[in-house]
Amino acid sequence: MKTEIVKLTLPVSSDRDHIQGRTSAPVTLIEYGDYECPYCGQAYPIIKEVQKQLGNKLRFVFRNFPLAEIHPHAEHAAEAAEAAAVQNRFWEMHDYIFEHQQALDDKHLEKYAENLRLNLAKFNNEMSSHVHAGRIREDFLSGIHSGVNGTPTFYINGIRYNDSWDLGTLLERLRSAI
Amino acid sequence: MSEVEVQQSVVLKPGSTAPDFTLHSTPDQSVSLSQFRGNPTILAFYPADFSPVCGDQMTLYNQVLPEFQRFNAELLGISVDGVWSHLAFSKDRNLHFPLLSDFEPKGAVAKRYGVYRQQDGMTERALFVLDSNGIIRWSYVSPIGVNPGAEGILKALESLSESK
Repeated sequence: MKTEIVKLTLPVSSDRDHIQGRTSAPVTLIEYGDYECPYCGQAYPIIKEVQKQLGNKLRFVFRNFPLAEIHPHAEHAAEAAEAAAVQNRFWEMHDYIFEHQQALDDKHLEKYAENLRLNLAKFNNEMSSHVHAGRIREDFLSGIHSGVNGTPTFYINGIRYNDSWDLGTLLERLRSAI
Repeated sequence: MSEVEVQQSVVLKPGSTAPDFTLHSTPDQSVSLSQFRGNPTILAFYPADFSPVCGDQMTLYNQVLPEFQRFNAELLGISVDGVWSHLAFSKDRNLHFPLLSDFEPKGAVAKRYGVYRQQDGMTERALFVLDSNGIIRWSYVSPIGVNPGAEGILKALESLSESK
């Protein structure tokens, strides 16, 4: 089936994005994800393996695309990760959430912040005032304008990836983009 | 001609008046296209309720609804599913826009828009953006298995509001 080329409209920027890997890495993989989406949960260990296998050649970026109407905890989970980001623990919280997708209510999110030794007062204040909702919406809109149509949606070097994200296929595609 | 080429040749194009219709949205309520005159209207024909993916097309549009509403646009989802399927689907996905049932006669409205798949007995995955006078200003048929996303709709709505 012929699929059109769909391009990312908001380039990766170290000023705003959550990035693992070097700017100079030859391949950049972006995931637009929802923390409560089971498919994103399935993709989580696949991404970890891909990162392990490609090492320095890969730069990975995570952006928010919460489908809040069908995933009632997705928005707050995203806010929790952004609040952790302010305290330099974004990836730890991102990982924690994907490893505990079945428990994402506010009480558990607070527990995770505690487990990660975040400043709880600051965390709770930011959660209750929804300070990070704007950033999450910015991610979401950038996804819409970039042709994100569900979760997870991946971009390899700025082009939307339309094929299967099973480990074998994804690895092969990433290697060929190096 | 390929199937895609046949499809592109029959779908109603920009400039045509959108055919009016009245369809059931629930077992006891009907919706007429003409009642949305005065605002832009988005018609999203889709093949079937309940496809097994996070962010099927209707779920996505439901999430993007506030962006459509910035243009005062109304969104109507249309498939040949019956009203009971629509009710269940709408409830399951927490949809905040009507799903219309092009059920009896089957696909009659889709046929008038040139988006009925005779071979499958369901509608194409097709989008129409109408202006406030009911004129089609943009239409797009997506391959049946591909969710076309919201960007095309948003661009069409933007150019509608710019040309005022």
